[in-house]
Order: sequence, then structure tokens, then C-alpha cells
Amino acid sequence: MSEVLKRPKRKNPVLRSRAPTLPPAIRSRVAHGLTAAAARGAFALQVCADCGAVQYPPREACRQCLSTRLPWRDQDGHGQLLSATVLRHSQELFFRERVPWRLGLVQLDVGATVVTHLHADVGEPPCRVRVTAALDRASEAVLVAVPAAGAPKLADDPKLRDMTCDVRFRKVLVTDGKSSVGQAVVRAVVEAGADIVWVGAAEPWKKMPGFDALRELRQVTVMPLDLTDSRSVQDLAGEIGFKVDILINTADYHRTLGIAARKGVENAQCEMDVNYFGLLRLAQEFGPVMKARGADGQSSAVAWVNLLSIYALSNFPLHGTYSASKAAALSLSQALRAELKSGGVRVINVFPGPIDDEWNQLLLPPKIAPAAVAAAIVSALGGSAEDVYPGDVAQEWLARFIDNPKALERELTQ
Amino acid sequence: MSARSGYDDVVLAAPVTVPYVRYSIRGANWFAGRALAGLIKTAGVEKSRIDGLCVASFTLAPDTAVGLTQHLGLSPRWLDHVPLGGASAIVSLRRAARAVQCGDAEIVACIGADTNHVDSFRQNTATFSQFARDAVYPYGSGGPNASFAFLTAHYAQTYGARPEDFGKLCVAQRTNALRNPLALFKKPLTLEQYLTARLIADPLRLFDCVMPCAGAEGFLVMRRAAAEQLGLRYARLLGTIERHNAFPDDPIQFRGGWALDRDQLYAQAGIGPEDVDFLQTYDDYPVINVLQFEDLGFCDKGGGPDFIRANSFENDGSFPINTSGGQLSVGQAGAAGGHLGLVEAIRQLIGAPLGAAVPNARHGMVSGFGMINYDRGLCSGAAVLAAA
Repeated sequence: MSEVLKRPKRKNPVLRSRAPTLPPAIRSRVAHGLTAAAARGAFALQVCADCGAVQYPPREACRQCLSTRLPWRDQDGHGQLLSATVLRHSQELFFRERVPWRLGLVQLDVGATVVTHLHADVGEPPCRVRVTAALDRASEAVLVAVPAAGAPKLADDPKLRDMTCDVRFRKVLVTDGKSSVGQAVVRAVVEAGADIVWVGAAEPWKKMPGFDALRELRQVTVMPLDLTDSRSVQDLAGEIGFKVDILINTADYHRTLGIAARKGVENAQCEMDVNYFGLLRLAQEFGPVMKARGADGQSSAVAWVNLLSIYALSNFPLHGTYSASKAAALSLSQALRAELKSGGVRVINVFPGPIDDEWNQLLLPPKIAPAAVAAAIVSALGGSAEDVYPGDVAQEWLARFIDNPKALERELTQ
Repeated sequence: MSARSGYDDVVLAAPVTVPYVRYSIRGANWFAGRALAGLIKTAGVEKSRIDGLCVASFTLAPDTAVGLTQHLGLSPRWLDHVPLGGASAIVSLRRAARAVQCGDAEIVACIGADTNHVDSFRQNTATFSQFARDAVYPYGSGGPNASFAFLTAHYAQTYGARPEDFGKLCVAQRTNALRNPLALFKKPLTLEQYLTARLIADPLRLFDCVMPCAGAEGFLVMRRAAAEQLGLRYARLLGTIERHNAFPDDPIQFRGGWALDRDQLYAQAGIGPEDVDFLQTYDDYPVINVLQFEDLGFCDKGGGPDFIRANSFENDGSFPINTSGGQLSVGQAGAAGGHLGLVEAIRQLIGAPLGAAVPNARHGMVSGFGMINYDRGLCSGAAVLAAA
């Protein structure tokens, strides 16, 4: 059964920090259909477009009618646990460090039989379960069976907690705590049980409403951090880099207008300096040390969160240069994801639609509240997805983008 | 379905075992070469007389059977490569029997050979199949332990099998192995030791699992006239079956392809289950023995536990199985493991067993099972042999 997570003991400085190990990461190309869904927190299976047969494991041809039209469709995952076992032994280091480890064999109501990890709250077979997909520590999709009733969290199972980046008892750096989203994120991670929250603050002369109130939170320490200043990033990394478990990059430079409406490149340069080069500076200073701390006890380095924008997927011409800077950051985040993967540190990209803040004042609703963005970030850390599209606007853009990216490009010109 | 042609006077001869070792620094070609040398020596034939070759191996890569012909200096006019693991010997025999019956080859050497380096098993299980790589290996189960744990737990729950039932089979096989000088396990096994051994993947304990090792097995297939001309003792081939991916809609495996084909097997062989003097099962885990008892018609589906309680399985028992000890007590030398029972059956029927003889053995059945591609064994097969 799941157990209450206890505060981790202080690290023994004499012992060697363990190097992170990962579960097996090799998949066939077709199996990455599962990855694509799990990345956005969904469980999908191939469903034959011709005969409707549900397939698993992932296939190149339908097991029933041999059709090769096998689109991935989201599943509710309901099924029957047929059998269960507890591994006491494994060939793989990741599991050797974690046995005993429970596995199940589940017959989905849609027909396929799947091998799954078992949540601690799942009883003995036969019983009803719900199969979900999660990204494991190697960032690859695996199936996890949870009890059919209720909404059990992966983080409540001490073994499956490894598949999440749960905030509880962790040390978090929020790179910009002055913006409305930054303030909301600080409050949300404190609320979610973070042990220490370092809050970056640039331009000390600039007083933002609400910011000083953050200092009253016991967990919060405000640190000078200016992402446009390499020295500032270096200094902070030198001071706390080896302690950061979760880095949430909320820094965002946002000015409206497209190309012709503003003369000169200074504004675009500022956007790039914060949104792209700022991420690069952080990645160079904090990335390597976080990657090395992927197995540093219960509260090891686990996640790097980037506050991007749905505009990163397809340029929104009214905010044209801003969109471009977020697209650049998205591209860089993929490189960062590749570099942090071997340390088991997950890179989570958050793609909100327009946020209800001063720079979107003239945009018509719906807009997403800063607190909702913050809640989505905390929720993503407690789950196992890596791409988060909070709010209705983001969800709609995503659906339009997946359906036809060229159509979305045209629609955004209107 | 039209009646299948019989095997006329196809025979099996020259059973050969290349002694097993836990680990070897040799390649699979070395073990295949020793097996071929053993076949030639046992049969007293020139190498050039072997005009057919059938090979099964997991560790021969990057070579295949044709590479082996150049490696070993053979020029066969008939060649097959059967990558079917625990069913490979049965399938090789079926292919070879038709080849010699139809004159495509005169003497076919069937060889199962594998090496085992210290890290071979992990590497082989990590890349065993696309389905295993995508949907089993990432979950931490090294090899088929978890898959068979699921099947064992499910069988036990459905049909009331107890750990002692599975244990009785393992203990009997160990007794049989103690008389076999080539078995890797040399110490007696008690039921108490079986029941208290460390858990591997619940409910499987240590002695439910085979031990991977290196080794080879081989035999020759030819017509009776050829065997007699060479002065070889032989066993006759009465009937065979094979089946792949049987019962794909069963949500979990509780039966194998034998259940589909056993009537054909007995019809072709012209005998019934009651005429079988010993059974060589594929025994990578004891639950698979029980499926074979049921699906080959020795008891009803679900009758396995009672059948075990009512019988004794030593070579002098009421239902001798795995008379050289089986893979559970001899070792599992990769694809050679699929040949172990067949080679031992030939030995019993020509009166030259490695260990204890089954008294008055006239008919022996050999069963094969293999290839846990995803959640179940896909291949099944069986053959009925008779003493000359």
C-alpha cells in the first residue's frame, strides 16, 4: 500500500553520491506512438482504421485484418488485472536498485493484454484496474495500472514516485519571482510542500506589487538573478546549483507587435536575451550539476521546467518576435532534454495560451490566470508528462496544430 | 483437413551432447563444431556424407546456418536455420524427416548449439524481439521470469495447483539428473529446499527457473536403410506436430498449441497417450510441464494438479518425464535446450541413456515449446518416437 512520504534525512557528506541509473530506454519507432501520448499525459493505443481492432504491443500491421492504417487513439484504460508478480531480481541496474518491484498483466476491456507496473494501491488479482501511461525516469513511455476507483497519484507510491518530479520536500529555484506568474508559481510550490524555494529577482530597483509579501513565506529566500547577465547566473549556480532539485524558469520578456509595427531590433534582442539566451545561460550553469545529482537520495535533482508559450508551436503574428523567441527556446529545450536525459532529469515544457497579465491587456479573453499556470506546473511535476498545455486556448491551439499545422498558420493571420 | 502422410522409415540416430558449462569464452560456432564432430564420430561417417544441415542457435549471430557451412567445411545440398528456441528440435526434425523421405538429402545433421558468456543472457533478453524490447524489457524483468510468474500464478489460482505440485516435478527431475554425469546440478533437491528457496518473481522461486549455460546437442535424421548400412542403432519417427501463435485471443496463456493438434499427432503415430512410456517436456518452468500434460492428452485441462499428485515422475516411476534431468536440472544451453529432450529420447529408445533407463521403453514422446515473444510462448510442437 502507499505510504506517507517522510522528510528525507540530511545527506551524509562522507558517502559518495550515487550515479543515476535509468530503466531500459530502447524502443522501436512505432512504439513511440505511446511516448507521444504519454508526453502530454495521455494513454493511447493503435486502433485499426479499417477493422477497429485495438493493438498492443505497437505494431506495423493490424493483427486482425493486416491493415497498416493504425492511428493512435486515446484510451480510458479500464481493464481486469489477470495476474501479478513481484520481481526480486533484475538484470538491469535501475531495477536492481529498487527490487522488490510489482508488475501486472492486465486485460484491457478493449481487448489487448498489457504488461504494466502496478501502483501500490492495486490489490491482488483478479480485480479491476485502470491503465495509464507515464514517462519513466528514462523519459520513455511505460504503462502503470492504478486502482479503477479514485484518482491515486503516482507520487503516493514510493517506487512510482520516481516517475514523477513531485515537489514535496524538494528544493526549488524559481528564476523570476517578480512577474505575476512567477509570484503564483512561488506560492504554488510552497503550498505543494517544497522545502526551500529560492526566488530569483532581477533589477532590484523595480518594485513589483505583491513581491515583498513572498519574503514572508518561511520557505522563500530571494536571490539576485538576472538571466541577461552571465556573471549573475554563474554566481547563483556557484552558490546553490548543487542543491537545486527543481528549476522552474519563469523568466519571460514579452512585448507585443510584429515586424513592421516597430522599427529596429532592440526589442527583439531583449526578448531573445531573456527568453532564449537566458535559458542557455541557465542551462550551461545549472544543467551539468543537476544532471549529476539525478540519484542523490529521495530528493534528488528531478526536473527543469520552462515557461514557454503556445506561440512557440506556430507564430502568432501580432506577437511575432516574441513568438520567435519562444520557438527558439523550445528548440533549445529539446537539446537540454537530450543532455539531461542520462541524469534522469526531466525537462517539462509548459505552453500556456495568453496569460492574463499586463502585456496581454488588450487581448480579448479567454486568457489564463497566472495562478492557473502555476497550478498546471505543480500538477505536471506531480505527474509524469513532459509537455503541458494549460488552459482552453492552449488546448485548442494544440488540437488545431496536431490536426493541421498549416491550417493553424493561416488561421493566425486573420 | 486431409490426412498427413506418414514418415515411413525415417529414423533418428547418433544422439550427441557437447557437455554443458555454465559460462564459456568460446563462440557458438565452437559448440556447433563439437556437435558436428560428435555426430560424425558416433555415426562413423565421413563429413562429406552429411548432405543436410539444420541449425538452431541464439548466439550464432552475426552468422547464420550458411556461415556455419563455410566455418565447418560442409557442402550440404539441403540447409535450414530454425530460430525457434524450445521448439527448434521438433521443427528441425519435421523439416529433416521430409527432406530425407523425399530424397532431398540423405543424412541431415540437426544441431542446437549456444554459447553463454557472462553477460550473454542480459544482452539476449534485452533484444529478444521487438515486442519484448518495447513492452516487457523496460519493466525490469530480465528474461522470461516475469512472464512465467504471471502464467504460474494465474494457473495456480484458476486450477488449484499448489507450490508442492510444481515442486514435485522439480524434485523428480533432479533425481533423474543425479544419474546423468553431464547434468550441471549434482546435488539432490528436497521438496523443503524447493519450497524455501529464495523468491525470484513471485510465485517463482529459484528452482523453478532454468540456469542458462553453454552447450550443444545433435542428432542425425536418415532413412532406416542408411542407418542399418552404417550399423547405427536408431529410433523410428511415428508422428509430429507443430503450431505457432495458437489461441491468440486467450488473454493469458493457460494452454498451448498442442491442444489443437494432439489428435493428429496420435492419429499419425498410431498410438494413444496410454502407450507413451516416457515424456520429455519442455521444462523451462514447471508450469509449462503441466500445460503439456494436459494439452497432450495425459489428463484433462485443469487436471494437472491431480495428475501430479497421482503419479511419480522418476525414471522408474508411473510417468517418467525428462529422464536425463531436463533443463531444470541439466541446464539450459540456449537453443540446445530445445534439443535436450529429443536427444535423450533417442538415447532411451536405443538403450543408451546417459542416466537411468526407463524400463521397457518402447514409445517416447518429446515436446517443444518456445519463444516468449511478448507475454506467452508462441511455438509448440511434439514428436512420437518408437524403439526399433
